[in-house]
Amino acid sequence: MGYFELIIACIFVNNILLAQFLGNCPFLGTSKKMETAVGMSMAVVFVTVMAGTLTWVIYTYILVNFDLVYLRTIAFIVVIASLVQFVEMFLKKSIPALYAGLGIFLPLITTNCAVMGVCVLNIDKEFTFLQALVASLFYAVGFGLALILFAGLRERTLLARVPKPLQDTSIALVTAGMISLAFFAFQGMV
Amino acid sequence: MPKTIVQEFTKGLWEELPPFRLVLGLCPVLGVTTTMENGLGMGIATTFVLFGSNFLVSLLRSIIPQKVRIACFIIIIASFVTIVELLMQAYAYPLYLKLGVFIPLIVVNCIVLGRAEAFAYKNKVSYSIADGLGIGIGFTLSLGALGAVRELLGNGSVTVWGDLSYNLSAAFPSYQPFSFMVQAPGAFICLGLMLCIINAVGD
Repeated sequence: MGYFELIIACIFVNNILLAQFLGNCPFLGTSKKMETAVGMSMAVVFVTVMAGTLTWVIYTYILVNFDLVYLRTIAFIVVIASLVQFVEMFLKKSIPALYAGLGIFLPLITTNCAVMGVCVLNIDKEFTFLQALVASLFYAVGFGLALILFAGLRERTLLARVPKPLQDTSIALVTAGMISLAFFAFQGMV
Repeated sequence: MPKTIVQEFTKGLWEELPPFRLVLGLCPVLGVTTTMENGLGMGIATTFVLFGSNFLVSLLRSIIPQKVRIACFIIIIASFVTIVELLMQAYAYPLYLKLGVFIPLIVVNCIVLGRAEAFAYKNKVSYSIADGLGIGIGFTLSLGALGAVRELLGNGSVTVWGDLSYNLSAAFPSYQPFSFMVQAPGAFICLGLMLCIINAVGD
C-alpha cells in the first residue's frame, strides 16, 4: 500500500471515531463547544504521533527481542501514561502558550482509547516504522476532523427543540450516526 | 443510611446501569455489538476485569498512596486485562479474533477506572466485589440487548453459541434484513434511540 492510500484510508475510510469506534468518550464529552473540540483535537494529534511511534519502537526492539510480547498491554499503557505526564511538564516549562491552549485536555488523553487503539493497530497491521508514523499522524487528524465537524453540528442542536427523552447524549449519538453515514460513503475507495 | 451488599449489587442493574445511566465506556458498546454473541463475550470479559480490579484495589486501598493512585489502578487493571487476553487466546480463540483490538482496550475503558476511583478505593472488599459484579453484569446485559437488536434487525436472525437462535425472516417472510443496523452508522443511531427509550421509561 502506498503512502497516499494509507493517508486517505486513515483519515476517511477507517476514520478512528466513526468507522472504528475508538475515542468516543472525549468525542461526546468535549464536543459541546467548538473551542474545547479544537483543543482536544490538537492534544490528540500531538500525543498520538509521539505514542504511536514510541510504542512501535518499544514493541519491535524490546518486547519482541526479549520474547515479552504478552506484556504488550501493560507496557503500552505505562508508556502512554508517562508520556502524557512528561509532555505536560515539558510544555509547561518550555512552551507555556501551547500548554495554556491544550490545558486540561492533556491529562484526559491517558484514558482516550483512540491513542491506545492506534498503538495496538500499528502493531496488529504489521506496519514499518515510517508507516506507523504516517498512520498515527493521520488517524489523529481524522479524529480531529470528525470531532470538529461534530462540534459544529452539536452547537446547532443545542438551539433546536428536541423532545425531552432524546435530549443531550441521545440526540448527540443520533447526530454522530448521521456523520458516520456521510463518512460511510468513503467505504471501498481504497 | 448505608447500603447493604445486595443494594450495591443491584444498583448496577438499573439505577447506575452502564452504559445507559452512566454514559461511559462507549467504544466497546458501539464497536463489538454487531452480534449478540460478541456483545455478551465482551461483557463477560469486562465483568471479569471489573471484579478483579475492584477486589484488588479495595484490598490494597490502605497501601496505595493518594498521589499515585491512578497509576496504580491502571497497572492493576492492565494486569487483569492481560490475564483475560491470555485466557481468551487459550479457550475462546474465535471470539478473541472477532473482538480484536477491543480486548486490550478494556484497560482504557472509563467504567473500570471509574469504579476503582469512585467506589473500590473508598469501600470494603465485600462491597467492592458486589459493586464490580453488579456493574459488570449490567454492562453485559446492555451489550447483549444492543447486540440482539442490531443482529435481529440487520441480519433477520439472532444466533448465540450456535444452538440458541431465533429467525425473524422465517417468522415474518416479508421482512427484509436492514443491513444498515450492523454497519457503523447503525451503531450510533441504535444506541441513541435505546438511550432515548431508557430515559423515557426512567422518568
